[in-house]
Amino acid sequence: MPFSSLSDIQNRLNNGETTAVEIAQLYLDRIAAFNSTLNAFVHLDANHVLAQAAASDAYRKEHGARALEGLPIAVKDIFCTQDGPTRCCSNILEGFEAPYDAHVITKLKEAGAVLVGKTNMDEFAMGSSNETSAFGPCRNPWDTERIPGGSSGGSAASVAAALTPAALGTDTGGSIRQPAALTGITGLKPTYGRVSRRGIIAFASSLDQAGPMAGNVKDCAMITAAISGHDAGDATSVSDAPAIDWLAACEAQDMKGLKIGKPKEYFVDGMDAEVRQSVEAALQKCEELGAEIIDISLPNTEHAVAAYYVIAPSEASANLSRYDSVRFGHRCDNPEDLLDMYTRSRDEGFGSEVKRRILTGAFTLSSGYYDAYYLKAQKVRTLIQQDFIQAFEQVDVIATPTSPIPAFKLGEKTDDPLTMYLSDIFTIAVNLAGLPGLSQPCGFASNLPVGLQWIGPAWHEDTVLAAAAAYEGATDWSNQHPAEFNMNGGES
Amino acid sequence: MDIDVKKVAMLSRIRLTDDEAAELGPQLANIIGYVEQLSKVDTDGIEPTAHPHDAAMPLRANIVTNGNRRDDLQASSPKIESGLYVVPKVIE
Repeated sequence: MPFSSLSDIQNRLNNGETTAVEIAQLYLDRIAAFNSTLNAFVHLDANHVLAQAAASDAYRKEHGARALEGLPIAVKDIFCTQDGPTRCCSNILEGFEAPYDAHVITKLKEAGAVLVGKTNMDEFAMGSSNETSAFGPCRNPWDTERIPGGSSGGSAASVAAALTPAALGTDTGGSIRQPAALTGITGLKPTYGRVSRRGIIAFASSLDQAGPMAGNVKDCAMITAAISGHDAGDATSVSDAPAIDWLAACEAQDMKGLKIGKPKEYFVDGMDAEVRQSVEAALQKCEELGAEIIDISLPNTEHAVAAYYVIAPSEASANLSRYDSVRFGHRCDNPEDLLDMYTRSRDEGFGSEVKRRILTGAFTLSSGYYDAYYLKAQKVRTLIQQDFIQAFEQVDVIATPTSPIPAFKLGEKTDDPLTMYLSDIFTIAVNLAGLPGLSQPCGFASNLPVGLQWIGPAWHEDTVLAAAAAYEGATDWSNQHPAEFNMNGGES
Repeated sequence: MDIDVKKVAMLSRIRLTDDEAAELGPQLANIIGYVEQLSKVDTDGIEPTAHPHDAAMPLRANIVTNGNRRDDLQASSPKIESGLYVVPKVIE
């Protein structure tokens, strides 16, 4: 039963029907059978996975089960892990072995999870298609000629093809939600500050947030419950975040009394007609479940992409200055002097999209341009946040499409970076405002999955999860799987 | 917008070959041209947002929490001698 949810596996483990070692072996077999097709995993140590599973079985026997006991979870190559390499899918981190675990990795280990390797991603999480990875592109299980979305493309593809029941991703401008949408799975970006960023390789520090990608809403809640909470080691981790009951939120059966905002700026000309139809039909379903759909406006949405493509590259150019080839990472051969060492190592180590963003950020932060670009973008960010605050005076939650288009073909958008950037128009504002956002499957366009995005007020992941759980319970979209992968590994 | 790509690349400590500079120049101009739209937004009296929730920067006690791990931390460096990072000669 490869397409099992975490809670199914948990039940079978608790009943003694199976063991963590058996479960780990099942997914390792599937990875062995299918990863050459998908390129979803970039590092995997099967013996280490089995050793963790055996240790989990022993722990269960002696002490009982912890929250994620024996459950396999893959993690994006952006999380520092002490066991094996951490590359952020970049050549500049060639040979890097993290000296410590990311805080969320520690939390997963403390909860008894079995970590099943590192997943493919756009280099330094900069991309929307997983095509900028130094390890080559990852492919979409629904059509292997197409991209899985990005930047958490490997995590999305591995869950969609059941190479793992769940994975962690990170989301700076949509990097959990967009690939979740394009591969027909569920992904949650928590409120900024809910999950510690320590040990997650930084891209844009005021936007980055880690979260789960899984087969259903409850699985996402289980993982977020385990990884969230204040971390004194991350200055942006919020210490007085309101506590919520993650699992109780997923028990919602209907939407009686729920006010759902439908922002007109997210239903626009140029978006795919079938995507629009699927999301409109989903909202109709919500009405049948008792929700009230209220037309709203988020007037500054049109400036979100521009603000993001100033703020994110600016912060990236500062964060990526640490790759100086002194303390870690790639160093060029025979440097003539210090400047030659810096400039040639960085030219050789970074891919073209990363260079483009560093240069964009260096320009927008440079003397004479800071006020006109970076400061201005931060002010526009305030306006975007205010739009949401005003909307949430009227509604409980907002529903939109996650992506204006379904998965596109490999190479289709690589020639024009700006066109690629515009594929994130529906996810970016959520990061700028620091809000929780979830994508779940709600239909198909040209036989490719379509994502429905839920946006909640800050710290109200429970509202988002409840709406998504009720929709999931009333529809069958989360039970659809790509036929090519709907078999056991040994049969392929 | 005319952008001196080589200058920005030097600020970023990235060597660019002439071919790379020729490709990146128009792309950067295109991106900056797109974000120019921000200048039309009225932001008079609007405060900039740095942290989405306006959280105060917390302070912690100044105590050692993870001990002396120099060897672990230097293990990934391209060149180490006697616990020191080795780089090309800086001063003649």
